[in-house]
Amino acid sequence: MKLTTLMLGLCSASLLAVAAHAESITIATVNNGDMIRMQKLTDDFTSKNPDIELNWVTLEENVLRERVTTDIATKGGQYDVMTIGTYEVPIWAKQNWLLPLDNLGDNYDAADIIPAIAGGLSVDGKLYAAPFYGESSFVMYRKDLMEKAGLTMPDAPTWEFIGEAARKMTDRDNDINGICLRGKAGWGENMAFLTAMSNSFGARWFDEEWKPQFDQPEWKETLDTYVKLMNDAGPSGASSNGFNENLALFQQGKCGMWIDATVAASFVSNPQDSTVADKVGYALAPDTGLGKRGNWLWAWSLAIPAGTQKADAAQKFVAWATSKDYLELVAEKEGWANVPPGTRTSLYENPKYQEAAPFAKMTLDSINAADPTKPTVKPVPYVGVQFVAIPEFQGLGTTVGQLFSAALAGQMSVDDALKQAQDAATATMTEGGYIQ
Amino acid sequence: MARAVSNQHKTIVTVAAWIVAFLIFFPILYTIITSFKSETEAIAGFNMIPSGTTESYEEVQSQYNYFKPFMNSVILSLGSTLLALLIAVPAAWSMAFSPTRRTKDILMWMLSTKMMPAVAVLFPMYLIFRDLGLLDSRLGLTVMLTMINLPIVVWMLYTYFREIPGEILEAARMDGASLWNEIIHVLTPMAVPGIASTMLLNIILAWNEAFWTIRLTAIEAAPLTAFISSFSSPQGLFWAKLSAASTLAIAPILIMGWFSQKQLVRGLTFGAVK
Repeated sequence: MKLTTLMLGLCSASLLAVAAHAESITIATVNNGDMIRMQKLTDDFTSKNPDIELNWVTLEENVLRERVTTDIATKGGQYDVMTIGTYEVPIWAKQNWLLPLDNLGDNYDAADIIPAIAGGLSVDGKLYAAPFYGESSFVMYRKDLMEKAGLTMPDAPTWEFIGEAARKMTDRDNDINGICLRGKAGWGENMAFLTAMSNSFGARWFDEEWKPQFDQPEWKETLDTYVKLMNDAGPSGASSNGFNENLALFQQGKCGMWIDATVAASFVSNPQDSTVADKVGYALAPDTGLGKRGNWLWAWSLAIPAGTQKADAAQKFVAWATSKDYLELVAEKEGWANVPPGTRTSLYENPKYQEAAPFAKMTLDSINAADPTKPTVKPVPYVGVQFVAIPEFQGLGTTVGQLFSAALAGQMSVDDALKQAQDAATATMTEGGYIQ
Repeated sequence: MARAVSNQHKTIVTVAAWIVAFLIFFPILYTIITSFKSETEAIAGFNMIPSGTTESYEEVQSQYNYFKPFMNSVILSLGSTLLALLIAVPAAWSMAFSPTRRTKDILMWMLSTKMMPAVAVLFPMYLIFRDLGLLDSRLGLTVMLTMINLPIVVWMLYTYFREIPGEILEAARMDGASLWNEIIHVLTPMAVPGIASTMLLNIILAWNEAFWTIRLTAIEAAPLTAFISSFSSPQGLFWAKLSAASTLAIAPILIMGWFSQKQLVRGLTFGAVK
């Protein structure tokens, strides 16, 4: 009896000791489907690491971006792991705000990360954030409407074909718009789409001397094509539409085509949410034959701020959440179709995933078609496909986005929007010391 | 003599008032309706009749423990209101009954602090909070909310106190009442409707404050504003869940407002017509 009591006491004491020494790490993240799923699966992590406790701060994307930027710039130390994108990683890594991820464990297999994604998250060959899910953009289209229009979507269409198909598929009487594209102003909204589109028209934000290029014919052609296409075949009120608005339209069968993030494929092909789930086809983002396609590259990634006091625990968590084992865990619990896409080459070689996700190959091809280090036809001094990885871009990109959104809404002409964009960009770059 | 108002005129005014009230309340009503829809129903266009599913509420509760941010909201809004009243009652008393040449200027200066956009002082405030160890603390946020709403509380109380005849306070002084007794036993009971409505308004303002409460908290002090914010998604349609989270967040203050509306209206219109 005494021995049993003693053993029970020792067990309780050791459990209390573990609890007392449990290190708590705080993770800031966005409210995306894959992130929510990760929160639900953290028992797997805590059972393997009983000495680490996880706290989640989930925020809307813009608020998250503002919060983590404030925290990291002031060394507030509120977070031990941050969810950030490919825009922040190169800028923050150069400021020494992030810890290099060089201790992710022997089984991590960093070489398996898709090279285009790893390239966007590395500075000087060092990985500063581990991709949780990656995406490019591509064309999602209604196979039935395309057939009705008497056309066949090629795997790699041109903008000319997209324009023709969109106009033919438009059926205003039945509330069907030939094409749905982003119009809502913002550097991560319409400018993500338009910057990627402009790459395929041979345009660029800046020349090698950081001189803004909105006064060049390539931008005029990009914006003209976009505005005319949306006026002819886009939904009404398109200047307010972002990802979610277009997703709702497409799922309700009101779009013939939608060019947007590859992660949308899992939404539009899900019969529980989408009325057109069995009618969706996929194609690469369009080009104009100049060698660059209008697709972007993005990865929501987990990074560790340099100011954290819990780097080891944070690194353990990052390794777990972005590992091959995590993909297997999601597949086991939620099915292969729900595995976070776009991060690991091995996933796209997995026959089970290929079967569950008919868009898998096109997603990988789209990701591979984007090169953040050489995003444009002409040479540029910056990194980033749908953004320019400089701190000034968030403000400038949103200002230009507002002008282009106004042009789409018919509040100003394309020429005026481009002229004002050129002036705004010149002022910003002069103020920032990039140009004299 | 009161002007005669025809029944027809009364009916028109009543109907117009109901229409305006309905239009103002409609977004809240539609949020509540959407919270009882599935995600597919929520995006399917305008529909006032939900299927009645409670799956969004279940999902919201499974994803985030409602009780903790709810308690934080209660503590922050009540705490900041009581603290604001402690400071504002003497301040308003002083300005109402012992005004100086600068009283109006001080009142205007206090109000002018509300004209500055909050984001302008985000970084300095963040650094102060960091250095004082107040990030993600209820104490820090209570002080912050007190300071934010103090100008409005002082202004409202000042207006109410001005309605109270100074002679009554003088009489109390003649009877030997100390300053403390004068404020507690004479002034405060007479200003109860005003203080109550100020208190209610301040609780509502503190409950709904969404700039600082989201930016200065993380886990421990995060109130319901942070709770709602966590359900907004840039990629994915979670409108029903967001509506359920919003309904849960506004329900307590909505119920409180409903029960105390008489007091609130009486206080807000106190002294409006002289």
